[in-house]
Amino acid sequence: MTDMPSAAPGGVPPDGAAVRTPAPPRRRNEWRAAVLPTAISIASVVIVFGLLGWWITSAPQWPRVQLQFFNLDAMIAAFPRVLSGFWISLRIWLTALFCMAIWALVLAVLRSLRAPLFTPFRLLVTIYIDIFRGIPALLLVLLFGFGIPALNLPGLPNSGLFWGTVAMILSYSAYVAEIYRSGIEAVHEGQWAAAKSLGLSEWQTMIYAILPQALRNVLPALMNIVVALQKDVALLSVIGVRDAVREAQIYTAQTFNYSSLVVAAALFMLATIPMARLADYVTRKDRERRLQRAG
Amino acid sequence: MTTPRIEIDNLTKYYGETLVLDGVSLNVGLHEVVCLIGASGSGKSTLLRCINRLVDFDHGAIRLDGVSIEDESFGATGLQKRVGIVFQSYNLFPHMTVLDNVTLAPRKVHRLPRAETEARARELLAMFGMGDHALSYPEQLSGGQQQRVAIVRSLATNPDVLLLDEITAALDPELIGEILRIIRRLKDDGMTMVIVTHEMGFARDVADTVCFLEGGRILERGDPKAMFKTPQNERTAQFLQRIIEAGRL
Ligand SMILES: Nc1ncnc2c1ncn2[C@@H]1O[C@H](COP(=O)(O)OP(=O)(O)O)[C@@H](O)[C@H]1O
Ligand SMILES: [Mg+2]
Repeated sequence: MTDMPSAAPGGVPPDGAAVRTPAPPRRRNEWRAAVLPTAISIASVVIVFGLLGWWITSAPQWPRVQLQFFNLDAMIAAFPRVLSGFWISLRIWLTALFCMAIWALVLAVLRSLRAPLFTPFRLLVTIYIDIFRGIPALLLVLLFGFGIPALNLPGLPNSGLFWGTVAMILSYSAYVAEIYRSGIEAVHEGQWAAAKSLGLSEWQTMIYAILPQALRNVLPALMNIVVALQKDVALLSVIGVRDAVREAQIYTAQTFNYSSLVVAAALFMLATIPMARLADYVTRKDRERRLQRAG
Repeated sequence: MTTPRIEIDNLTKYYGETLVLDGVSLNVGLHEVVCLIGASGSGKSTLLRCINRLVDFDHGAIRLDGVSIEDESFGATGLQKRVGIVFQSYNLFPHMTVLDNVTLAPRKVHRLPRAETEARARELLAMFGMGDHALSYPEQLSGGQQQRVAIVRSLATNPDVLLLDEITAALDPELIGEILRIIRRLKDDGMTMVIVTHEMGFARDVADTVCFLEGGRILERGDPKAMFKTPQNERTAQFLQRIIEAGRL
């Protein structure tokens, strides 16, 4: 049995067997193939989570934990105020998101243009990014949110809400500008050459040829930033902005019960989980697109 | 005596400290097709890219119809309108349809109305067998089709000169022929072309003049049939010998 069976063209294989026809697909037991893994998943989830739940609630400290953190009455009592605070959080988030996305794009484009004319801008943007990436967001929020209103500058808004939001925009735009820039740099050099050879100016090349591709490149990374920002707006509570966290803290201070903070946590989770799923979805689509292009 | 379409005069170009073009002189007449051959790294692409100012050169001069390409009369985009280039890797804009790829420069650079540019683009696409693909995206097309679109894109501004940089090098063998036939047709229509190619059979067939480059210099130039049969320069002979051994002549 050393000979490999090889089909002679149009004739009988050398080992004398009948002309080869491809084997049909193997029949799997389809019902079992579909249901069994699902059943196993559900069963193991129920067992693991059931055990965890039993283990936690049977601990001797559990009643105290429940009273402090999961007190239903306290939750209901705190809910309206925390919810109204959360509404403010969402508005800060959307405002900051919008301004930050645009401002960061301006920064990234200025830093990516190569004409000598733009050298001072490139330099300024580089310094800007170094500064605002180097300072903790919390520190910026404190500096802007307490510091600037204290100056009482004429003609400028005096609210902590305004300046705190500005601080978030400045801090996040430094990161996001770098994300945009990595997307711009990932666009193939040949695209610049093609655009230039067609007579497009550097600015036109950026707008029509490079940016659309760059934005597509970085969309997954941006989605994750969106989620991070959604949570980080809670930092504004330290300068007295009455967002969800602040409202929850006020309630805690009055009642020495932490259930209101859990309410705030739940609201944040409710808002970020769909965003995170969307980010996952965008990332998956992006990967499929790249694979398709490579294949 | 008429002025040549392109005059390249003692062109010298450095990349940093590296000398890439070392005193290249070359005239390309009206309707003439010049093929540049030579090993990788000999400066062929750089020479092409100097002609449409994709890169700047250090010394020497290039003139188009007797006018220096650095002359202010070309403005920011006049040269690019008259000299088209096609690249090995097509370099189509992946986020635009075929039609938008072709009309981008006429619309945004030369400010022609969209309807007019689209009519002209569809006409050109149909001429090159791409009429049914005007609304496709580049990634939906084969390499040969993408390269045809790239050729059409470079023709959209009615250039007087076409520069082709190894435009069949990335294609599967069975797709090369169709592109070569297109270039042949462009020549028959009177297009002045400078072509970098490794398809020696094609060069012999289509070129009026072949130039062999090495180390940034033109070591030999002449009629393709004579040069391929009896190269005068030893280096040319060696290069052609390698090509023959690789089965490409
Ligand atoms: N952008 C660049 N920066 C630095 N060196 C380059 C660049 N482009 C080409 N070169 C160098 O210039 C020389 C000629 O390159 P090129 O014109 O691309 O040759 P060819 O097209 O004949 O293969 C090579 O040595 C190459 O490494
Ligand atoms: Mg080259």
